[in-house]
Amino acid sequence: MSARYFGAAVNRLEDPKLVSGAGRYVDDLHPAGLLHVAFVRSQRAHGLVRGVDAGAAARMAGVVAVFTMADFADLASGPMPPLAPHPLIKTPITYWPLAATEVRHVGEAIAMVVADSRHAAEDAAAAVEVDIEPLPVAADAIAALAADAPRAHSDRDSNLAARLAAKFGDADAVFAGADHVVAETIVTHRGGCHAMECRGVVAVPDAMGEDLTVYTSSQSPFLVRRILAAYLGRDERHVRVVAPDVGGGFGPKANVYPEEFAVALAALKLGRPVKWIEDRQEHFLTTTQQRDQIWTVEVAFTAEGRMLGLRGRGVHDNGAYAPYGLILPINALGCFPGPYALEALDVTLDVALTNMVPTSPVRGASRPIVAFVLERMADRVAAHLGLPREEVRRRSFVRADQMPYETGGKARDGSPISYDSGDYRQALDLALSKIDVAGFPARREAALRRGKLLGLGMASCVEDTGLGPFEGATVRVTPAGKVVIATGASSQGQGHRTVFAQIAADALGVDINDVIVDAADTDKFPLGISTIASRIAVTAGSSVEMAAQKVRAKALRFASNRLEAGEQDLEIVDGAIQVKGVPGMSITLAEVSRALAGAAGMSTPYGMEPDLAATAYFESQGLTFAYGSNACEVEIDPDTGDARVVRYVVVHDCGRLINPQIVDGQIIGGVVHGIGNALFERMLHDPEGQPLTTTYADYLLPIATEMPRIEVHHIETPSPRNPLGVKGAGEGGTIPAAACVISAIQDALGPAAPFVAHHPISPQDIVAMLD
Amino acid sequence: MQQPLVITATINGRPVERAADPRMHLADFLRHEVGLTGTHVGCEHGVCGSCTVIVDGRPVRSCLMLAVQVDGAAVETVEGLTGASGSLSRLQRAFSEHHALQCGFCTPGMLMTLEALLRTVLNPTETDVRDAISGNICRCTGYQGIVEAALTAAKDRQGEPA
Ligand code: FES
Ligand code: FES
Repeated sequence: MSARYFGAAVNRLEDPKLVSGAGRYVDDLHPAGLLHVAFVRSQRAHGLVRGVDAGAAARMAGVVAVFTMADFADLASGPMPPLAPHPLIKTPITYWPLAATEVRHVGEAIAMVVADSRHAAEDAAAAVEVDIEPLPVAADAIAALAADAPRAHSDRDSNLAARLAAKFGDADAVFAGADHVVAETIVTHRGGCHAMECRGVVAVPDAMGEDLTVYTSSQSPFLVRRILAAYLGRDERHVRVVAPDVGGGFGPKANVYPEEFAVALAALKLGRPVKWIEDRQEHFLTTTQQRDQIWTVEVAFTAEGRMLGLRGRGVHDNGAYAPYGLILPINALGCFPGPYALEALDVTLDVALTNMVPTSPVRGASRPIVAFVLERMADRVAAHLGLPREEVRRRSFVRADQMPYETGGKARDGSPISYDSGDYRQALDLALSKIDVAGFPARREAALRRGKLLGLGMASCVEDTGLGPFEGATVRVTPAGKVVIATGASSQGQGHRTVFAQIAADALGVDINDVIVDAADTDKFPLGISTIASRIAVTAGSSVEMAAQKVRAKALRFASNRLEAGEQDLEIVDGAIQVKGVPGMSITLAEVSRALAGAAGMSTPYGMEPDLAATAYFESQGLTFAYGSNACEVEIDPDTGDARVVRYVVVHDCGRLINPQIVDGQIIGGVVHGIGNALFERMLHDPEGQPLTTTYADYLLPIATEMPRIEVHHIETPSPRNPLGVKGAGEGGTIPAAACVISAIQDALGPAAPFVAHHPISPQDIVAMLD
Repeated sequence: MQQPLVITATINGRPVERAADPRMHLADFLRHEVGLTGTHVGCEHGVCGSCTVIVDGRPVRSCLMLAVQVDGAAVETVEGLTGASGSLSRLQRAFSEHHALQCGFCTPGMLMTLEALLRTVLNPTETDVRDAISGNICRCTGYQGIVEAALTAAKDRQGEPA
């Protein structure tokens, strides 16, 4: 492959449109005859819906209809299909498009007003009277698992949705034989994704009432189509789902939501286009959140600080519904033992239903939680032995000479987890040298003279990326010589269009500006999974490469016949296939495309199949494991408890870099998300399950003045598990970041402070720990 | 409900006359009445800055301003940054060169906030830039590319006619 674009920091093809205000996000779509929706939502965390009185609302100006679930009985009924069924969940724990009998979290939609403007819809929604009989609330995951706890779902006899376990080695023997054991309880907290674009959906029925087009701000247009078509009892070809420009996803937009279904039902019922745009308060109440887990673990280790075994129990706050089944708890268990070569593991995780906002993966899914547990424990082991924190890690890491390394754990499909490649110790050593660990004592002294406490933090992680089963792509050269890539993979800002174009342009020897990417439209490509789990560069990127190489081979075969030259003597330059060293002996890709487009009554030349196009599906050949180490410095004001991250270094290995600029952007943005989790983002509820932080005045996101410059260094160990040698990069920034920041805070607080076992940490927490 | 009021304003240098409900905020007016959908709405409570536009030379949050308040004013939106021939401004190009945007949703608000800064502060420091965008939330980039883009554009704009 001529590496013209691959590996280069190509400016993104997406940008000119987006910096000009010419992006097209869902709320920018205005089909003729559009109606607008406002939802009537539960103000209680748990209750029985006794009645909905829409009489007054229905008579208000501009109102076209007020619907409850009963109004859609002729179209569909019942709970939504699960996105990821699991044998442990016998009855799916999914929502209805509109709650019919019971509401199970604040914000659950009960009715919808459809009107000729959003103003009119909201006025009328406020006039809908809903009678809810309160039921006792399960607002705390641990309490919810007590035998006499109120049930989050009144029709289930327990809040325990599932108990999952992961185990390898002989934990009892390892713990019995270890020199030391320490135990801690570690708590991580939920936040939201807070994509700057809230969710939104526009459903447009066709004139015949047969076909429906749904534009949705989704990471999973193909999943939306699959389960919406199933719910409506229609063949998938009657449902087209398009994700236009999407203003950030970060996981929760991979879920399929009641509002998407309700808006589709309303559009079909009324035979008119219907739009709903989530407002930020609704986002706080209804878009999935994540990271409430409580882990009690113990680690066995040698006197030299080599970690040998980990055992423990966790509780996962699932929230009110499990649209994605057990994906988060399964993901959590799959993240052990992280970068460490443990001899034994024995962990269980209880999945608790509560009357809280439902959960599904938020950037990193459960990986940041498990990284937090492992890294806090590594620090704890070091403190116990009085060893440098890096020594415990170095002595416990999987070594480079052990690759590929089977951890003993099992992947989602039951296959053994095997780390493909990498040098974990090198990443940590590089991070520490880049942050200048040797100069740290002097910097700490200097800070102390200013009355500040400076701490050094570190955290390592390994991340499974490139989740299967597949993505696919069709690459076609048009008769005009443009290269069109069609793929199911949707994008929420990751720059996939540029990356796919880089890959195809190299394979076909064309200018990157001649590559067009059609993505995230179920009419443009037959299948897609979802843009989740840092999987698109690996799966869709490899598919583009495979399809483009097939097209290249076909073009060369054609040219070899036409130019009467051996294929080995041909090259593709600037969109033309030429005989090497023989100027003028060439044929353009456009000409080949035209020749293979067929002419009436003529057979295709050289007995070749029509069309200069090929489709390929890259099927996962095992997960690819990215990894890295972070180091940071946090400065604390001991009087106010203010903690400020002043330096941050990332060393990351995601295999070969297709576009370093894009990868750095993913990592830096991801780190900032993790810093938010460590210091700012706090989704508070009262004991009745009432969310208390539902504006950006109450819920703090990282802002520019609070963020440090983040320095990113790459190690490039090619993955052997795909043709590009790449690994995913979407979440590697977030995964270790909270652990790294808290490690630095612990260090700043000094040896007398208690063990910091939770995030986010507040200034009040810090002041209390210094007392 | 009150009757719509007619608003006469200059938007991106062009006179515009449109009726709007007195309660309609400026962002909705620009997006849905005038059809300038480049201005985005991220929170509608004045914190995220996605909706920032320039009114009479000053950056404002168009979700916190009523449309009727711009009667007689000059409004600039992201669409106005691009030249008539479609050429991008130095700041817009710098955004791409420094990977200052990912999903692009916060971008119009960032651009308008920084455009207002660069018109008044010729030689901004990194701290000036970070302060200026401290009321603009970006969930994607971690701000670093945005800061670099603004500093590059500031440097290059000196000597260029404004
Ligand atoms: S939409 Fe105006 S500040 Fe967020
Ligand atoms: S680029 Fe996505 S929010 Fe800033």
